[in-house]
Amino acid sequence: MSLFEFLSQYWPLLMSGTGVTVAQFLLGAILTVGLALVFGLMKMSSNRAIKGSAVVYIEIFRGTSLLVQLYWIFFVLPLFGVTLEKFTAGWVAIGLNAGAYGAELVRGGIMAVPKGQWEAATAINMSAARRMWRIILPQALVNMLPAWGNLMVEILKGTALVSLISVADLMFQAKQINASTYLSAQIFGTALVIYYILARFLLTPFMRWLEGFMARKLGRA
Amino acid sequence: MDDLSGFPLKIVGENSPMVSFKRVRKAYGSLVVLDDLDLDVAAGEMVSVIGPSGSGKTTVLRMLMTLEKINGGVIYVDGKPLTHMAQGDKLVPASEKHLRARRSDIGMCFQHFNLFPHMTAIQNCMEGPVQVLGLSKGEARDRGEELLELVGMADKKDQHPSRLSGGQQQRVAIARALAMRPKVMLFDEVTSALDPEVIGEVTNVIRKLVSEHNLTMLMVTHQMGFARDISDRVCFFYGGKIEEQGPPAELFGNPRRERTQQFLSAVKEAV
Ligand SMILES: Nc1ncnc2c1ncn2[C@@H]1O[C@H](COP(=O)(O)OP(=O)(O)OP(=O)(O)O)[C@@H](O)[C@H]1O
Ligand SMILES: [Mg+2]
Repeated sequence: MSLFEFLSQYWPLLMSGTGVTVAQFLLGAILTVGLALVFGLMKMSSNRAIKGSAVVYIEIFRGTSLLVQLYWIFFVLPLFGVTLEKFTAGWVAIGLNAGAYGAELVRGGIMAVPKGQWEAATAINMSAARRMWRIILPQALVNMLPAWGNLMVEILKGTALVSLISVADLMFQAKQINASTYLSAQIFGTALVIYYILARFLLTPFMRWLEGFMARKLGRA
Repeated sequence: MDDLSGFPLKIVGENSPMVSFKRVRKAYGSLVVLDDLDLDVAAGEMVSVIGPSGSGKTTVLRMLMTLEKINGGVIYVDGKPLTHMAQGDKLVPASEKHLRARRSDIGMCFQHFNLFPHMTAIQNCMEGPVQVLGLSKGEARDRGEELLELVGMADKKDQHPSRLSGGQQQRVAIARALAMRPKVMLFDEVTSALDPEVIGEVTNVIRKLVSEHNLTMLMVTHQMGFARDISDRVCFFYGGKIEEQGPPAELFGNPRRERTQQFLSAVKEAV
């Protein structure tokens, strides 16, 4: 079978897998950003209980492997009465895992904002919440965007693991096709190229654009 | 916490000061930075604070801006306690809510401007009025444009701070503080980070505020000539206390304390 015949035959399956991969990535990434923000801020709290729970979350999810977390969420949580559909379990595990890394990025980005910005915001009598939201976080975001670009690529690559709980993503489809055709080189080669295109030609340029956009908003460019 | 029973709940009377430090103490660990400081500033008065590095000048302003807590004594603004609040007939340390209710009386300009880099000049001036005072965007813009006009920055109102020189940034920072309509303005070495040739554009704005507006001002400065020109009173700080104070002509022309004489002659030599 020529590569062209091969591709035209399996293209629909590969595309449906790619769609699932992109969906897993997007949902996982949104959850990551939300958790990173919440736990990053919690870790900076002076309240020991709040700070403590953030530390526990970050430690657990950074200190263990994503695959084990995925299996826990999909196979073990049902034993405690929490049953997630495999598609949901996939992106939730991804988000929980990457959120722990993101929380540290958020904290680092916030701490890198000069003290004078906090003081100037206090001097115009802003509330703590508005000071954080309107003055500190926008600047922290610019500080941490480059690191977020890397994390986003990691999230994308990490989505391949959801195939292990039978979520029909790109990797899952590739394995299925391989099992019925034994055309390993073609199929995994194609999957490789698709992941590479997603990461390098879509995600990375988008993050670069976002960095530039934010820099312009700060009048830095 | 020390006993606050000797401090009044209010300072009343015709000539009650706009700002009043009463036995204010501030220490970092064992380092005492303000040592039972008493300082009154009358409404509309311009007081300059001078003194050697580390004498506690910046600390005085930071305590008044409530950027940090004091360790003893009480600060009053406009007759009412700032660092404390009345609970029954006693004073207790201020809650965040109390601070937020009282802080709007005070505005501050910093040595390094601290403009918000992600906002243009006019947005910097609108941020407080919109987010804190609840003005509409239109009202806040009008107020901001008026103040940028006052500091001579109207033509740069849509520029980000990174596009402005130090002197221009400091003038925007003054407009930003004024936009909150404070009763008391604090200036902490606002010309120290500036190139010599642009110092004048900032001092001229402060001169204008002194002559045309009835603000109470407390200014830390190393520019003795400027302090002499525009102050109603000059305080010489030494070791967290006021070593000597008086009208500028007297303090500069005829300093009585030896430390003041030494400091002033050292400064003169440096120029
Ligand atoms: N956060 C802090 N922690 C510990 N010590 C501090 C802190 N802030 C200030 N100090 C100390 O308090 C003393 C007074 O500082 P302050 O900034 O008020 O001096 P200053 O008179 O403004 O001096 P300068 O002319 O150098 O600005 C200094 O010895 C300083 O080292
Ligand atoms: Mg200082």
